[in-house]
Amino acid sequence: MPDLAELLDVLTFRAGFNTSLVVAGTALLGLAAGVVGVFALLRQRALMADALSHATLPGIAIAFLAAGALGAQGRTLPVLLIGGAISGVLGVVCVQAMLRHTRLREDAAIGIVLSVFFGVGIVALSYIQAHAPAGSAGLTRFIYGQAATMQPSDVRLMGTIAAIAILCTLLLLKEFALVCFNDAFAKVDGWPISFIDLAMMALVVLVTVAGLQAVGLILVVALLIIPPVAARFWTDRLWALVLLAGGLGALSGYLGSVLSALLPRQPAGAVIVLTAGAIFAVSMIFAPARGVLASSIRRLRLRLRIAGEHLLEAAHDENAVELTPDRIGRVARLRGWSSPFRILVLASLRRQGLTRTAPSGLVLTAPGVDRGAQVSRKHALWAQYLISYADVAPSHVDWSVDQVEHVLSPALVAELESKLASRGITVPPPPSTHGANA
Amino acid sequence: MTTLAYAFDFGLDLFPLLAGTLAAITCGLLGNFLVLRRLSLMGDAISHSVLPGLVIAFLIVSTRSPIAMLLGAAGAGVLTVVLVELIKKYGRVEAGAAMGVVFSVLFALGVLLIEQAAVRHVDLDADCVLHGQLETLVWFDAPATLAELFRVETLAHVPRQVWTLAGMCAAAFVFVGLFYKELRLAAFDPALSTTLGFHAGFMHYLLMVFVAAATVAAFEAVGSILVIAMLICPGATARLLTDRLGAQIAWSVALAALAGIGGYLGATAIPELFERDAVNAAGSITVAAGVLLTLAIIAAPRYGLITKALRRRRMARTITRDDLLATLYRIEEAAPGSRAEPVAIRELTARFPARPLRAAARDAARRAFVHADAHGLTLTEAGRQAASELVRRHRLWEHYLVEHVGLHPDHAHPTAEQLEHLPPQPPPGPTTDPHGREIPR
Repeated sequence: MPDLAELLDVLTFRAGFNTSLVVAGTALLGLAAGVVGVFALLRQRALMADALSHATLPGIAIAFLAAGALGAQGRTLPVLLIGGAISGVLGVVCVQAMLRHTRLREDAAIGIVLSVFFGVGIVALSYIQAHAPAGSAGLTRFIYGQAATMQPSDVRLMGTIAAIAILCTLLLLKEFALVCFNDAFAKVDGWPISFIDLAMMALVVLVTVAGLQAVGLILVVALLIIPPVAARFWTDRLWALVLLAGGLGALSGYLGSVLSALLPRQPAGAVIVLTAGAIFAVSMIFAPARGVLASSIRRLRLRLRIAGEHLLEAAHDENAVELTPDRIGRVARLRGWSSPFRILVLASLRRQGLTRTAPSGLVLTAPGVDRGAQVSRKHALWAQYLISYADVAPSHVDWSVDQVEHVLSPALVAELESKLASRGITVPPPPSTHGANA
Repeated sequence: MTTLAYAFDFGLDLFPLLAGTLAAITCGLLGNFLVLRRLSLMGDAISHSVLPGLVIAFLIVSTRSPIAMLLGAAGAGVLTVVLVELIKKYGRVEAGAAMGVVFSVLFALGVLLIEQAAVRHVDLDADCVLHGQLETLVWFDAPATLAELFRVETLAHVPRQVWTLAGMCAAAFVFVGLFYKELRLAAFDPALSTTLGFHAGFMHYLLMVFVAAATVAAFEAVGSILVIAMLICPGATARLLTDRLGAQIAWSVALAALAGIGGYLGATAIPELFERDAVNAAGSITVAAGVLLTLAIIAAPRYGLITKALRRRRMARTITRDDLLATLYRIEEAAPGSRAEPVAIRELTARFPARPLRAAARDAARRAFVHADAHGLTLTEAGRQAASELVRRHRLWEHYLVEHVGLHPDHAHPTAEQLEHLPPQPPPGPTTDPHGREIPR
């Protein structure tokens, strides 16, 4: 295991020129992928990028063969990457053509292109391995990626492509946003939609091709998808989303390549993707507004409030201020509460000061009685409204009323009162309950 | 033919051919339901994400025991489906992106675990995950003649992978046979299926377990890329050939078998004809499936590009001919008394593109709808009959569009111009159209 000093060295770019270069390069790649991926995600093209990246393999292999036939000095990284880009684009064109001209759906079209193009690539690779072994070993690195063996010139190429992709995205941000959020409007407004879409796809191609060597073509799509999806949990603003996705992508690339540089036999692509996956998991669980934890807490709070109000309402309807175990038990059975939930409901009522413990047992406080009366009145109002305005049979209103009574705002209550009054229906205000439990 | 027989040594290639074809048929059969339920990419996701399940099972039992592998893969398959559903539901993430997140992370985990296993000198190869090792199944000591090959003793030489695949293939057929009704119902109407008591969600998970199991059975011999191709391509190809589920399944199995055999021959025999080494057979089977699909896209009897183009052309010709007759009729109608006056083609070129016009005129003359001479075209009695029917339909549609649909009279013409050529009869109407012209008959 590497010690802390070693970790710090790599983290702070002091672990030798080559390692630092790879770390910086993958971080830049992550940034580009995150930024570009936002639009692929918003345009619902996430898996199109997967088809694209798999479809680069035959292009790489054929470029290798073609360059070999024209003279071995042509087998440089840019030539292979250009070959990959061409066949990747061809793959996307095939998907679009299938969607347009056949009855196949998008999922099938993507899967077909992904697997058949990759199959062609595998065949070509096996041919190369059998017939042109010189230099062919380097080709399989495009499948799983090998950041550690990258030459400084390779890293510079990757970094340059990534930087170009970031720059183009920032320049076209307004157009991309328009097409992603309202393409019909953009079309009517005279924007060249298909050209903008094409530019978006070209950027995805750039990022994919840039990432082939470091991350590999199977996993490069993860860099395009995961950071934007993770960032989406934290914000609803496009600008923030782009920045955050870029940041999270850069963080994944940075941490992933640092870890893989330190630990033996850790393929960088896999570690980068797992880092991104961890960031995604944290985002999905802990993000403040859209996170799973936050929303389940919100949901539990709401359920507790509704349950507590049901209890208060039941007491009010029976003109009682005591919450006897018998009464609680009856409401709990009716509403199907589990016993832990019942304990939570009672605790939350007490915490809100709606009940208190008297010598005779649990009783409602004045605000508690008040709340019960209000809920009961909203129940009656909404039930009357449904019966007289929505033609719902009196025997059928209870279920929906039980849910709506907890969310009626004062303004809505006032409106209901006036609506009902105009039909000559009055729902009496709750009797003054102050002092009921004095 | 003799060269091909020479290039393909039956005994030598029997087992890899069998393994490739069995894998193709198994996946092709199950894939029908994925394609129908638009879950093709779930097959893709599962075949990526069974990798960690396999490696973990392998690390635990340290042998390639098929049962452990199968359990590991089935577990990973179900985990994939569950995770995708959870992320979709609780993270409110779009299905494609959710799948992308899950399978790429699980695949990355698998790659990492393979590297860890390699540290412990366990033999698993990341490349062979993708394209398998069909080549290792070649039976080098195969008997030289077919008579010697087809004997009971041969069974003893059948490699484990082929047995596993044969078992899986049989299981897939039994599964589809037993649950055909349920699978069909769940594919076309999940809600109805659930209300009738066949839980669609349960069928979904069962199907996914089978997909995962097929993946792992096929995985060692043919690799995941062939699995993905075979889960999607034969089903999609069959979908282009038929509209009946039973026929689709039969087609998909036949196509998968064809791709398996053709692809394997393509990998071994064709390079040998050019005195080259064999190429990767799993990749080649995938390519064969792609070629079959391309053929179907181009030449399928009903949904193929050729048929569609022909149909469109025939339709366009009929419409131009009908429009020509109607135009001649309207010219006659506008100038009563000059009925026998021929209309020169030149006068019509303003309304019709030149080439289709000439073709339509020839066509109409051949059918004796018009009489063509040096002065131009004259409607025959039969032609006048056909044209008046068309004009009648046009004006009745115009009436309908104005009176019942509420279009402005000036706007009804283009729509009526299209409706007049279609089979439905216009509802009966008055004797004049919205522009005050008489409706024939």
